[in-house]
Amino acid sequence: MPLRLLRFGLGLARPDTRILPLPQELKPHYDVVIVGGGGHGLAAAYYLARQHGITNVAVLDKGYIGGGNTGRNTAIVRSNYLTDDGVRFYAESMRLYQTLSDELDINLMYSQRGHLTLAHTDASIRTMRWRAEVNKHLGVASELIGPDEIARICPQLNLSRAVRYPILGALSHPVGATVRHDAVAWGYARAAGRLGVAIHQGTEVVGFAIEGGRITAVETTRGRIGCGKVLIAVAGRSSLVCDMAGFRLPIRTVPLQACVSQPVKRFLDPIIVSGSLHCYIWQSQRGELVMGGATDPYPLYSTRSTLDFKEGLMAHMLELLPFLGEVKIMRQWAGLSDMTPDFAPVMGKTPLSNCYLTAGWGTWGFKATPASGKAMAACVADDRPPELIAPFRLDRFRELDQLGEAGAASVGH
Amino acid sequence: MKIMPCPLNGPRNIQEFICRGEVRIPPAADASAEAWAEYLFYRENKAGIVREWWCHLPTTFWFIAERDTRTDEIIRTYTFDALDESGSGR
Ligand SMILES: Cc1cc2nc3c(=O)[nH]c(=O)nc-3n(C[C@H](O)[C@H](O)[C@H](O)COP(=O)(O)OP(=O)(O)OC[C@H]3O[C@@H](n4cnc5c(N)ncnc54)[C@H](O)[C@@H]3O)c2cc1C
Repeated sequence: MPLRLLRFGLGLARPDTRILPLPQELKPHYDVVIVGGGGHGLAAAYYLARQHGITNVAVLDKGYIGGGNTGRNTAIVRSNYLTDDGVRFYAESMRLYQTLSDELDINLMYSQRGHLTLAHTDASIRTMRWRAEVNKHLGVASELIGPDEIARICPQLNLSRAVRYPILGALSHPVGATVRHDAVAWGYARAAGRLGVAIHQGTEVVGFAIEGGRITAVETTRGRIGCGKVLIAVAGRSSLVCDMAGFRLPIRTVPLQACVSQPVKRFLDPIIVSGSLHCYIWQSQRGELVMGGATDPYPLYSTRSTLDFKEGLMAHMLELLPFLGEVKIMRQWAGLSDMTPDFAPVMGKTPLSNCYLTAGWGTWGFKATPASGKAMAACVADDRPPELIAPFRLDRFRELDQLGEAGAASVGH
Repeated sequence: MKIMPCPLNGPRNIQEFICRGEVRIPPAADASAEAWAEYLFYRENKAGIVREWWCHLPTTFWFIAERDTRTDEIIRTYTFDALDESGSGR
């Protein structure tokens, strides 16, 4: 190794390594067209090629890969949800994440820091005890803890009772982690590209040709492509793209904002979330404090930033960590979240026979990227959703069989 | 601060209001469970001009607002009777 390094350092040859192949022309036909080059679309493309040998696949993105919510989220992964189906699914996704750096040969900076969801009311203590029991039953590390244990794990938190909402307890999830989000998009894209998948950036889908209940061609800003099957994975724009395909969704598009502070010396190990105070925080490897809260108060297709968000967030954050008053905000941004009524995703088949959907990822779908990609690849290849994702079918709303994850997903993404 | 022009209270901070979603016609009381599910859960979720129910919380005054969801502009607000008069179809 040192010798190779030395030879590389002294040598003149610098191989030009590209992550994606050079842009290509669109082919007239693909077996599978994936709309949306976020983590979910790219992961599905990778598993289609890798696990199912389907490589005549195109991923189309209207912008650049990972430029949607995949590159905008706050990178938290966890599996301490509330419903059995949710816990099982997210635990599988974390299992895949843990070995993904090796599989994709890219450093995803998977870092397990522990995750604390604070409770400030009796009602949230109750929900957390419920979550802890469901989690443990399904083998996920999760425990309701009291203030002493919180102080041991995170001594920086203000545990004083002389605040508006004193901390009464917390749901501790020691395996909660963060993952470098853009690397997930790049890693899946590169691996899929190497297996023959075509990735077309700057290619917006503007319509579908539909005959006899199936999509026969996809209209794009660069021309028309014939398709065997179509997977829609466009997050906040799901309703618009599905409208082109002629069906409606139980989804509202609402912005979610986040921000980071200037970098400061490392002081905070775990991820801290407070549902009652609508805020969460963790410290990145660069020392920046990554902060966010709940979604905006009304639906919107704009990623503008608001002062209301910052004021609301900081007012509460200063109660948890008063010394943050000295720290400046450096950047802020927003993404368009595809919110479902039950805070659970929609995965599986659609009213069109060769069209599949992964959506409703709202504010919580980054952690789901590997499991959704893998399960949706199987769903597309076999024309049948694997058992892991069957409960997340679109029809559950019409059948009044929702999944009720609000207690675990409304602020802690 | 974003301002919402309330038909009763005049221009106020939008934080005093709550958005309760698209104006739609509820199904008949004896409609099928599927029709009710459609009404309760499914949405147009349009990128463009939408017509929604809003409420000014301190006065619990309900009214209608038209907004552009692409630009975050509030175009106009009016009371429920004005919606009926304009005949613009609920
Ligand atoms: C601020 C913020 C914080 C978040 N924090 C977390 C978190 O901590 N943990 C967590 O698990 N989740 C989090 N999320 C949610 C998570 O980011 C998303 O659920 C997830 O990234 C969705 O991935 P995706 O691949 O479905 O969508 P995206 O990454 O948004 O990809 C969709 C792509 O589709 C493309 N597209 C749209 N329309 C078209 C069209 N017509 N034609 C072609 N392409 C199109 C877009 O350009 C985009 O690149 C957060 C989200 C936000 C906004």
